[in-house]
Amino acid sequence: MSDNYVPSSKFGKWFNDRLPLLSLSAHLREYPTPKNLNYWWTFGGILTFCLVAQIITGLVLAMHYVAHVDLAFKSIEHIMRDVNYGWLLRYIHSNGASMFFLAVYIHIFRALFYGSYKSPREVIWIIGMLIYILMMATAFMGYVLPWGQMSFWAATVITNLFTAIPLVGESITTWLWGGYSVDNPTLTRFFSLHYFFPFLILGLVILHIWALHVPGNNNPIGIEIKKPSKDTVPFHPYITVKDLFALLVFLIIFCGFVFFSPNILGHPDNYIPANPMVTPTHIVPEWYLLPFYAILRSVPDKLGGVILLFASLFILVALPWLDRSKVKSAIFRPIYKWIFWMLVLDVLVLGYMGAMPAEGTYLLIARVGTAYYFLHFLVILPVLGSIEKTEPLPLSISDPVLKG
Amino acid sequence: MEKSGEKNNRRDFLFTASYTIGAVGIGATIWPFIDQMNPDRSVKALATTEVDISQVEPGKSITVLWRGKPVFIKRRTKFEISEAQSVDLNELKHPEKDEDRVKKSEWLVMLGICTHLGCVPLSDKGEYNGWFCPCHGSHYDTSGRIRKGPAPVNMEIPKYEFVDNNTIKIG
Repeated sequence: MSDNYVPSSKFGKWFNDRLPLLSLSAHLREYPTPKNLNYWWTFGGILTFCLVAQIITGLVLAMHYVAHVDLAFKSIEHIMRDVNYGWLLRYIHSNGASMFFLAVYIHIFRALFYGSYKSPREVIWIIGMLIYILMMATAFMGYVLPWGQMSFWAATVITNLFTAIPLVGESITTWLWGGYSVDNPTLTRFFSLHYFFPFLILGLVILHIWALHVPGNNNPIGIEIKKPSKDTVPFHPYITVKDLFALLVFLIIFCGFVFFSPNILGHPDNYIPANPMVTPTHIVPEWYLLPFYAILRSVPDKLGGVILLFASLFILVALPWLDRSKVKSAIFRPIYKWIFWMLVLDVLVLGYMGAMPAEGTYLLIARVGTAYYFLHFLVILPVLGSIEKTEPLPLSISDPVLKG
Repeated sequence: MEKSGEKNNRRDFLFTASYTIGAVGIGATIWPFIDQMNPDRSVKALATTEVDISQVEPGKSITVLWRGKPVFIKRRTKFEISEAQSVDLNELKHPEKDEDRVKKSEWLVMLGICTHLGCVPLSDKGEYNGWFCPCHGSHYDTSGRIRKGPAPVNMEIPKYEFVDNNTIKIG
């Protein structure tokens, strides 16, 4: 493998002895990858692209944006109307956030289906969850920057979550706001942090990939394989080409949003400048936060709702220890296979309920959905680990194919 | 020669002392970076607002901005006052007498902010004839007390005083 890589040129050798970048590059090219990876495994590459795209478009948008309550909304319109290609850069950035979340949800559910969070990959999973939580914080703060009605009220509602904390809640919220309500100090600090967090995410992505390269990729049949062996292929060119193809297909969808319906995922109220005197009659967060919003609203108690909201996120971090089954891939788990799709359905239903008003039947369904979400992680998964009769695992990736 | 045990004790003391001083020093250095996010002097300077209420008809209300937050000043009708005063305190989620929430029973002055997650409730709406928060469905009565929905407490009464019959000073 790349550990004993020796550059061919004399200069390369001289340099590599001092900073082994060429060894790193060789490692990345030769990195042995299971040969049976399907297209659900291409989303890591797609996500890396999304992060880089957000950073680059964000960098240039920040050259034209003004973080001030009197100017922010106007500067967004200035970007849309006056700045050369400003509309394109902003639409890539705003739709890019949605695309980023679309890809991350597929990536997470892929890990759930194939048991990629299990030993020896728990740390990869935990870092991934930290990235996901940071992504939500970053997206939320970015949504505040245009200072439209939805921006302002999203900021108000989300920061008010902290007032639910007993005793210190009010002081924490005042500290977050830098005042007695969401106002200019809030906007400027959100801008600062919105600029900074992506680099924190980038750092975690590097750790995520590093942690991945220690045990190597999981694969659709979820067995640990010898690397390198006849069950693996080098990352380059086999995986790079496959990832690139998947990225191109993904970009078609991305461009579809950017060029044909750039505002379909947004909310028209955000084209009204922020007004602290009037709350829009129906406020909803961006689509990617809706399931959690539904969980928050399904509890009639303020503190209880906030606790459940955060619990629904942090429960995911503990997943490697909640799922007791030794078998990774759902292919060999006849019951989990169904439970997995039930969870997907549950999250989609919660998302829909999050977009509907919190009353009557909607509220009832949201409550059932919330209960099932916690039931899945806290009861079904731990119990299933001991009662489920799993199917026999093949000895290697080639095994079932060659026998067949 | 010293015993090794004493030596260790002395060293332990030095370690603990160094760590403690180090921790205090780091804490003292971090504090300005945390405290800079708290409300600054210019924000605190805008702490009071005076409002002319001579134009408000009975049954009507005005909304003014105080510290960036809306304050409802409602001139209540006789019916609304009696409605607010006649409620049995046992029915309330956050029991407060209407008399304790107003300085003059005709005038209700309160922060127009839902105590759930900070939206501005709509006036003359909801099941209790007071306010209704469109965000997550909290209902308030004519005294601004929470009656139904996720909000934990009544809408807050800010510090205010009547400067004269037509002027209220908030803050």
